[in-house]
Amino acid sequence: MNDDILLDVRHLTHVFPLSKKIAVKALDDLSFQIRRGEIFGLVGESGSGKSTAARCIMNLYRPAAGEIIYKGVNICDPAQFRTHRKMLQTTRQLIFQDSSSSLDQRMKVCDIVAEPLKIHRIRPARGSLRAEAEFQLRYVGLDAGFLDKYPSELSGGQRQRVAIARALSMEPELLVADEPIASLDVSIQAQIVNLFRHLQQEHGFSFLFIAHDLAMVEFLCDRVGVMYHGRLVEAAPAKELFSSPVHPYTQALLSAIPIPDPRLERARQIRQFTEDPENFQGVLTEVSPEHYVLMREGEHHG
Amino acid sequence: MARVLEVKDLSVSFFTPAGEVQAVRGVSFSLEAGEVLAIVGESGCGKSVLCKSIMKLLPASAKIKSGTICVNGVDITGYKERDMNKLRGRLFSMVFQDPMTSLNPTMTIGAQIGEAVRVHEPRISREKLHKRILELMALVGIEHPEERMKLYPYHFSGGMRQRSVMAIALAANPDILFADEPTTALDVTIQAQILDLLRRIQTQLGTATVFVTHDMGVVARVADRVAVMYAGKIVEIGTAEEIFYEPRHPYTWGLMQSLPAYSKGKKTLSTIPGMPPSLLHPPKGDAFASRNPYALQIDHEEEPPMFRITDTHYAATWLLDPRAPKITPPIGGRSHE
Repeated sequence: MNDDILLDVRHLTHVFPLSKKIAVKALDDLSFQIRRGEIFGLVGESGSGKSTAARCIMNLYRPAAGEIIYKGVNICDPAQFRTHRKMLQTTRQLIFQDSSSSLDQRMKVCDIVAEPLKIHRIRPARGSLRAEAEFQLRYVGLDAGFLDKYPSELSGGQRQRVAIARALSMEPELLVADEPIASLDVSIQAQIVNLFRHLQQEHGFSFLFIAHDLAMVEFLCDRVGVMYHGRLVEAAPAKELFSSPVHPYTQALLSAIPIPDPRLERARQIRQFTEDPENFQGVLTEVSPEHYVLMREGEHHG
Repeated sequence: MARVLEVKDLSVSFFTPAGEVQAVRGVSFSLEAGEVLAIVGESGCGKSVLCKSIMKLLPASAKIKSGTICVNGVDITGYKERDMNKLRGRLFSMVFQDPMTSLNPTMTIGAQIGEAVRVHEPRISREKLHKRILELMALVGIEHPEERMKLYPYHFSGGMRQRSVMAIALAANPDILFADEPTTALDVTIQAQILDLLRRIQTQLGTATVFVTHDMGVVARVADRVAVMYAGKIVEIGTAEEIFYEPRHPYTWGLMQSLPAYSKGKKTLSTIPGMPPSLLHPPKGDAFASRNPYALQIDHEEEPPMFRITDTHYAATWLLDPRAPKITPPIGGRSHE
């Protein structure tokens, strides 16, 4: 196995039963890899299975089929998970979309940021837990004055910074962020994206960034995967995906990005993609180096 | 064109235990029949409060301190709840951000649209009501209305729910539609569809629309005119072309530059440093001065008046004063093909 690959998702399938007879296939044979120190973006419309994939990777759901190899450990296997529990729980961290519900309203910021250290009984490198929390807060651009505040006293952007500080206090190797900027203002989104970029360069963690804002994904990510109805339809380096998308769904998705220019924007045609997911099957085929597209045998897109 | 809405020097404050929060501070604007006015700005700058104060949907702790609101030439500032009820729906109605919380989960979509129709036409016959519901659903682009009117909101996707909410808002053919971040909770693809729908309805029915958003990309698609709000004031107002191609206020520059489209190929996105000020104690002088890289000495002392640039374009920044030093704007003034 390649040492470079931190996370290897293989043929992941997850099903939500609606009733005894009907089930929704949230993930359908999803495979992708994240290398060390890489920012991988996962995009797609709501209901395409992005969040389900993130939750499977974080062991919050047990997938119906397939395997997830993280640092050589198959995390879907209960026996292997138990053996490596400490490593798995400390080196992977998750940031949620809505920081107003993912932070405990009754805890002070300093307790929130230091809680993971307490749970895992890690001796703080900077003396006390409070000093550690202060250090982490400073890292995400908040000063010590925030230590004794409650989440309700903070703005959306500040709360999201606290959530990031909490995740980083464990010095993770894999950070998974599920739509971390979707509920923020545009100007605050830019601040948080800059922060992610800066932190990733400092820490060098691998980063799975889930979003539906394609413009931000283009700016932040190294590689991008496009999901549609639980399947990966295209994966490529960000520059290549945005300049020469191959799959019709990717093209439709990219055509929906708003342009901040009234004349261009009004002239812009949005492409519709209405193909039934049932009748698009196929395999991921490499069309150019690192650029994979879901297509049938012998099929060529435009 | 007829002027359907005219707001003059409107100030709205919330009286809270901590003191008076001046959410809207001296806002004036007007709306012509059949036009789309976008109001943009960060959270907490008073966009939603402005819309709700026109419809008088604010809680009891809020008071209109000064100013007048004229609808079709009639001053409604002093109207009581009973008078307002006659106007809501018919004269203006509102679409909110989150379609899930504005729909009743225990009623079918058809029943909810029908309820809105019946409020304004209590004596409508059953057949006519049925026909009108189908008409409204077709208007907002819901396919197979006959089957779908029997479904509940949880059967619908986010985009379909937002369409249903719009059908309810349009039930009595309002003159003015307030849309408060109607696409923020939606995906890009669905967002584009809803924006096009709004635009189509607006040309088809001639409804004037006030569109509240924080996303400049969305504004470019729908707006005829744009008002930029900051700390409870309109700091710049003009046609969409003027605001996008020749913005004059530093806050407008900041909002535009924080879009990734302006930072293509750069290492970092440009941001507006800091946070909007608290409206509990608005700062002296220009509220934007502390975040403004172009701030002059006078910005910290005295509030700038609205400077006229063209007949449609106004901005409140001291940079437009003839005595101000000349600076090159970071955006605008370029040729846009």
